[in-house]
Amino acid sequence: MSIRGRLAIVVVPFLVVVGLIVWSVATFLTPGTPGGVMNFTNTQAAGQPVNLTVQSVGAIGFGPHPTWVSYLVKDPHTHQWVQDTTWKLPADTVVHMTVLQYDTGSPLRNQQWGQVVGTLTGTASLNGHPYSVYDSNTGNGVGHTFAVPALGLSVPMIGVNANAQVCGSGPCHTSSPHNTITFSFKTPGPGSYSWQCFVPCGLGYLYGNGGPMSTQNYMGGFLEVVR
Amino acid sequence: MNETHHLRRMTIIWIVLSVAADLLFWFLVGPHVPPGRMTDMATSNQFDFNVLFVIAIPVLIGVWIYLAYAIAVWSAKRGGPEPVGGEAARTNRTAQVAWITITSVVVIFLAGFGTVELVVNHGSGGGEGPNPVWSPSGAIKAETAALAGTGTWSPNSNQVLPVQVIAQQWKFTYRYPTFGGFETSQLVLPVNTTIAFNVTSLDVIHSFWAYQLSVKADANPQINDVAYTTTDQIGRFTVRCSELCGIWHGSMYNYGSVVTQQKFMQWAQSTEAANAANTKFLPPFAWTYVPDANGAAGGYYPDGSATPYSTAEIYGSKQPAS
Repeated sequence: MSIRGRLAIVVVPFLVVVGLIVWSVATFLTPGTPGGVMNFTNTQAAGQPVNLTVQSVGAIGFGPHPTWVSYLVKDPHTHQWVQDTTWKLPADTVVHMTVLQYDTGSPLRNQQWGQVVGTLTGTASLNGHPYSVYDSNTGNGVGHTFAVPALGLSVPMIGVNANAQVCGSGPCHTSSPHNTITFSFKTPGPGSYSWQCFVPCGLGYLYGNGGPMSTQNYMGGFLEVVR
Repeated sequence: MNETHHLRRMTIIWIVLSVAADLLFWFLVGPHVPPGRMTDMATSNQFDFNVLFVIAIPVLIGVWIYLAYAIAVWSAKRGGPEPVGGEAARTNRTAQVAWITITSVVVIFLAGFGTVELVVNHGSGGGEGPNPVWSPSGAIKAETAALAGTGTWSPNSNQVLPVQVIAQQWKFTYRYPTFGGFETSQLVLPVNTTIAFNVTSLDVIHSFWAYQLSVKADANPQINDVAYTTTDQIGRFTVRCSELCGIWHGSMYNYGSVVTQQKFMQWAQSTEAANAANTKFLPPFAWTYVPDANGAAGGYYPDGSATPYSTAEIYGSKQPAS
């Protein structure tokens, strides 16, 4: 066989395999990355607190994975709910965060996430009542957490009663049963800080941490902090 | 020039350069070789790395000298005859015996050296599994007391401090059984203290790698992987997961610190008090925990059958569901 023929036997299958790998990785990563960056740097005067509102829903209701659990963020300009988990925030600024929790809860795999840490007051507010720790083995359990490990921030999102008329798909309206959780934290200096839910809520996936827990724009994202 | 003269010349060059390079490395570079000297394991591993370097440098220099010498002396001259090689080396008994002897001695020495370092240093900072073969003095007593809830630690007590490392996707948390079993995201250690890390996981396979402490132990679900180190210097260290564990694996890191024994005591007592409200909701301290078999959420439960150094693992009784 000619050298050209031998080369073809080696190179062509190699390129096919590499192409398949690239395609597989790209396919795996792209369904969850339809959005861009939600900009909160121009919503208030310099130095003033930022108001950031999100909702956590048991099923997002649209997109390539409508049954996946997800966070949605309220666009500060259009006030529409958007599937976007990368938020641009000003540095060294107080963020007043409101989470509308529409999902149900369960006991935590690690009760450590039942503790409120890293907020400005050391507490969060559940429907107007301050709390610093929640026993996930009681009541409605914890549905999700909002945690930014690099900031030492972690807040449990208390679940709604599973027997109620729970919102079936997002975006959910406040007429559906929900818990309103508020807390404040201060952004650090410029940088990219990952945030995520630490409750393994990816139903049907290994240890609950696949699917929406492993795909950008569902249960995790980034705080892009800029000066 | 005959072959003996070539060999003698190369040997002299090799010895001179090797000794010089080894001395320069040992005294100038050696003290800065990772992972530093924050713990006895780090110091020991730095020494191990330096020994390996000192042995490897002459090998590297030998290859380079031979290559350079061959190019300079034996390369074909323009218009001259092609050099002929191979036969002399193939039948050269001295070269053959020397090669086999030297490489064998190096390999056998390193095997022995590595084994001694592993034994003397109680696993050399690596996870030894649930039944450590080599434990520092007082470790088993401290670990047994920790599980029974009777463990204590105080400054200047020279006691081993057990610390549990709990890995989960995608964060490490730490429990301190001698301080009421509180759990925290911070890893703070007292200086001049032997630490018994008990590493486990609540979900998939992770690996606890405290770089500057020179401690690295697999974090496997339902396995208690024990690793030891003794802190020697105050400072900050990095903890990373070194087992690819999912999409946020790259974010699974944090920073710990080694502080004075008095500062550690203050921190531990204040954290114990601050976390008391949450600690009472934690499961009783155990070496391993069995996550809910349903996978998607659920509490974690102490594995009641596991003793400090037992590999027996069964599912513990579940806590009441919500």
